[in-house]
Amino acid sequence: MAETITRETWPTALYELLRANGVTQFCYVPDAGHKVLIDRSLADPDVHSIPLTTEEEGVAMVAGADLGGQRAVLLMQSSGVGNTINMLSLTAGCRFPLLTLVSMRGEFGEGNPWQFPMGQAVEPTLKAMGVIVLRAEQPEDVIPCVTAAITMAFQSCQQVAVLLTQRLIGAKKF
Amino acid sequence: MAKLNKLQTATLPDAVLDRRQAVPALIENPKDFLMVAGLAGTAWEMSALTHESPSLFGLGGAMGAAPMIGLGLALAQPKRRVLVATGDGELLMNLGALATIALQNPPNLTIICVDNGHYGETGNQDSHTGLGVRLDVVASGCGFPVVHVINTEADMAEGRRLVREGGGLTFILLRVKEGPATHDGKKNLVPHIERDRFRAALLG
Repeated sequence: MAETITRETWPTALYELLRANGVTQFCYVPDAGHKVLIDRSLADPDVHSIPLTTEEEGVAMVAGADLGGQRAVLLMQSSGVGNTINMLSLTAGCRFPLLTLVSMRGEFGEGNPWQFPMGQAVEPTLKAMGVIVLRAEQPEDVIPCVTAAITMAFQSCQQVAVLLTQRLIGAKKF
Repeated sequence: MAKLNKLQTATLPDAVLDRRQAVPALIENPKDFLMVAGLAGTAWEMSALTHESPSLFGLGGAMGAAPMIGLGLALAQPKRRVLVATGDGELLMNLGALATIALQNPPNLTIICVDNGHYGETGNQDSHTGLGVRLDVVASGCGFPVVHVINTEADMAEGRRLVREGGGLTFILLRVKEGPATHDGKKNLVPHIERDRFRAALLG
């Protein structure tokens, strides 16, 4: 399976991986890098698709899902990571499983200078709040990284971010 | 002490209810609910009201989290009723959550905002609601199908009915005077133990 993953097919395989692992709450601030996951979740009658106004809502939502016995994933862009920082006290202190997928800006080949400060701060700020960071650089990295993150989050109650890097998703053209 | 001016649009009467009586009067049967309480006053008074029930997840930090924890919980447990009790300061910190919750429209979720118009924990500064910001109007504008304001004892019966019967996603603004919340010595639970006890009681 992993060897057949391409730049075109990884988002679909990723959605199916999340569903196969029992994720039923998809919360997100929209981003082009998460388009397939968002569209699939909206079309799936067996999941909740939850657009947020800001990413910190999603951290609290993930905690509530866990209290009720469901699995959630938080989809956000790198700039949104900055909006979550204090709320990560909740997941860290209570040892809530946190699985978040971060589509990156402000790194490999970025053409918008506004994206760099937060993009470059994603890893150090997440790590400062105790979140484990994995990076998917190539299409064949996505499924193994997210599989690992699912185990770490839901089995070991860790807080884990998988960065879908700009090298993976491609720099936005201006 | 210098103060900001009240909004010229402020129209609600001064609050008269005492939260120490009003909160227990509004929530007659806490056993009917899975509960989330926002930090400080509401966490203390809900803890006292429920005798530290494991069906209460009370926050000691993460200000702004309570309504969205309630949403995740309500979606995960559609057959249970979920009650969020939180203060005006906490709700103001994350107003967008009301918009997010209204879009999902979980019929089993009730949010009670115990609005004392002040930041009681930090020196009793005026909050935005104390200066006239209307959280009930915000909730209506976001699309909450049921919104009820409790200004006086006369509004309490309808509030009790809404809490008891739960006719869909509901927002109740309970306006109370300045003054302390009931605090009967709730231990400052270790956060991860609070998670574990809630889940153990609900999920086994």
